[in-house]
Amino acid sequence: MSISPENELENLEGNHACAVAAIAAGCRFYAGYPITPSSEIAERMALELPKVDGTFIQMEDEIGSMGAVVGASIGGVKAMTATSGPGFSLKQENLGFAAATEIPCVIINVMRGGPSTGMPTRPAQGDVMQARWGTHGDHPIIVLTPCSVKEIYEQTIRAFDLSETLRVPVVVLFDETIGHLIETIDLSQTNNRKLVERKWASGPQEGFQPYAMTEDSIPPMPRPGDGYRTHITGLHHGESGFPTQDPGQVERFIQRILGKLDQHRQQVESYEAFECEDAELLVVAYGITARAAKRAVKQARAKKIKAGLFRPITLWPFPETVFCSLAKGTKAVLVPEMNAGQLNLEIERHCSDSTRVIPINRFDGEPIAPGQIFEKIQELVSK
Amino acid sequence: MIEENIQRFDIRDYLRTHLFPHFMCPGCGHGIALRALLWAIHELGISKDKLAIISGIGCSGRTGAYIDAHTIHTTHGRPLAYATGLKLARPDLEVIVITGDGDCLAIGGNHLIHACRRNLNLTCLMLNNETYGMTGGQVSPTTSNDRFTTTTPLGNYEPVFDACALAIGAGASLVGREITMHVTALKDLMKEGISHQGFSFLEILSDCTEIYGRKNELGESAEMVLSQKANYRSDSYGNQVDEPFKPRDITTGILAKNDRVEYLDACHQHKMSKLQKAMNT
Repeated sequence: MSISPENELENLEGNHACAVAAIAAGCRFYAGYPITPSSEIAERMALELPKVDGTFIQMEDEIGSMGAVVGASIGGVKAMTATSGPGFSLKQENLGFAAATEIPCVIINVMRGGPSTGMPTRPAQGDVMQARWGTHGDHPIIVLTPCSVKEIYEQTIRAFDLSETLRVPVVVLFDETIGHLIETIDLSQTNNRKLVERKWASGPQEGFQPYAMTEDSIPPMPRPGDGYRTHITGLHHGESGFPTQDPGQVERFIQRILGKLDQHRQQVESYEAFECEDAELLVVAYGITARAAKRAVKQARAKKIKAGLFRPITLWPFPETVFCSLAKGTKAVLVPEMNAGQLNLEIERHCSDSTRVIPINRFDGEPIAPGQIFEKIQELVSK
Repeated sequence: MIEENIQRFDIRDYLRTHLFPHFMCPGCGHGIALRALLWAIHELGISKDKLAIISGIGCSGRTGAYIDAHTIHTTHGRPLAYATGLKLARPDLEVIVITGDGDCLAIGGNHLIHACRRNLNLTCLMLNNETYGMTGGQVSPTTSNDRFTTTTPLGNYEPVFDACALAIGAGASLVGREITMHVTALKDLMKEGISHQGFSFLEILSDCTEIYGRKNELGESAEMVLSQKANYRSDSYGNQVDEPFKPRDITTGILAKNDRVEYLDACHQHKMSKLQKAMNT
């Protein structure tokens, strides 16, 4: 299988689509550690990277692979790693370092059952809150949740584009079902796309401030070897990049790294709204669950029930403004998830008292079927 | 081989003096190690623009920031992982890791043994002061027997890690040890390590006077440095035959060196021979 433009239609497994997309996005460094159900991403990267003069390395552990990814990105190369729950836990510290030092990197998490070793070969959506809050301290992070092989391809490319332009770590979060799903995708649209480059520092080296406030809140990054000789530290740092405990400087630093996602919210947010305009009952779902939810909504519409689906593609930051406007006036919001209830808490936060938020949860290693959601819709309508 | 720089060495050319006063305690050996490193860099003629210093957490971790180069102060125990990524992405950079006994041997031990095994062209300087100085002087994997630390109030009874033996066992292609008492020898050893094509592991015995020394009544900094001299044995394992070692004996110099193929060279050779064939068929 190749990624040449003449072969436009390809049958790809989700994990392979992720790897092929990373190469198309310009990723030239991969460090990882084997873990089910994400290993095919590493395997495909090991095959593809040497063809484009990239580097693949299987590190000694998950921690080391995240460290190597950040190290490579500091060197100016687009870098990625992939993992699943237990590995995602181990990567959190160095992910936090990337968030604090604003080093672009992409982390793929193919979710499996948890907690702990859980069910390695079974799908789950239990890492939704971990993806947002896994590393300690207030930090910016973007989490994208594709629901098909095609969308894994698109969102992996977008993950690199967002990470490089905003200098924020981006997590692509999908479950085992989609990771191992084989679907046909058309690569012609994306094969010849223009690569997104990070904003590199240029201009005078004397007095250069690597973390200076800029209009877009994203300071240009100095490339090692370009003569800037800057300092990168996970300690709180001022605009100079050197550690500080000055309350004013620390406050400005944290405000800027958190504020940049607000400032660029339009670029970051993405969602699908299906039959939402006149919906009295909204289903909020993501990943494989959203596909079951869509079918349930179609079934409901066939029975003249005014149901709609809101599918956040950007899970974090949650597209709250558009969700609030759609949820306004609805009687109930259903939140099916393959966990014991995580995103429903975020949904409750954005709904008024007159809207009931009803979670549908499954955590037995089986995906949620359309019938389970449709039954709940019918039950609510008949009341 | 890089041509020797014969210009006079002025340490201020390599320091970020605007960060002074520095954080180190009076008598700390890390400053001596820092001087030796900058001297070695100067004599090797390495451009500051092409120099990346990667450190972890602890007193050793904070030392790198004073160097006027591309400095990266990473997470606890992980500088070798970051260095691996950076060197693979940017082989044109001279990548030197500054780490400590806790950073390198305890929390980062796994990265050390695999860095030794891989033999990527990195230089790892482990400043061994036998304690976690930054956090107040707790026991470390290299704390000598019977020493008092804040977490060994009855004296240390755990076996001591021999970092160099570990590095040799894991396959590092250059392993050396030096004491901060010997600044010139330390500089020369660092030059050897940095110019070696492969993974170099250097253990530098650096005194923690203020915390470890005081708690164990090892005297002022001058006395601690002099006691290094009393315990050291010059040059490699070859000289140790005449009398049996005492517990705190230190062997200095290059302890192991071989010309095992460097990681990127091995990678390149493989790519050329095997992958090219596979792609052509």
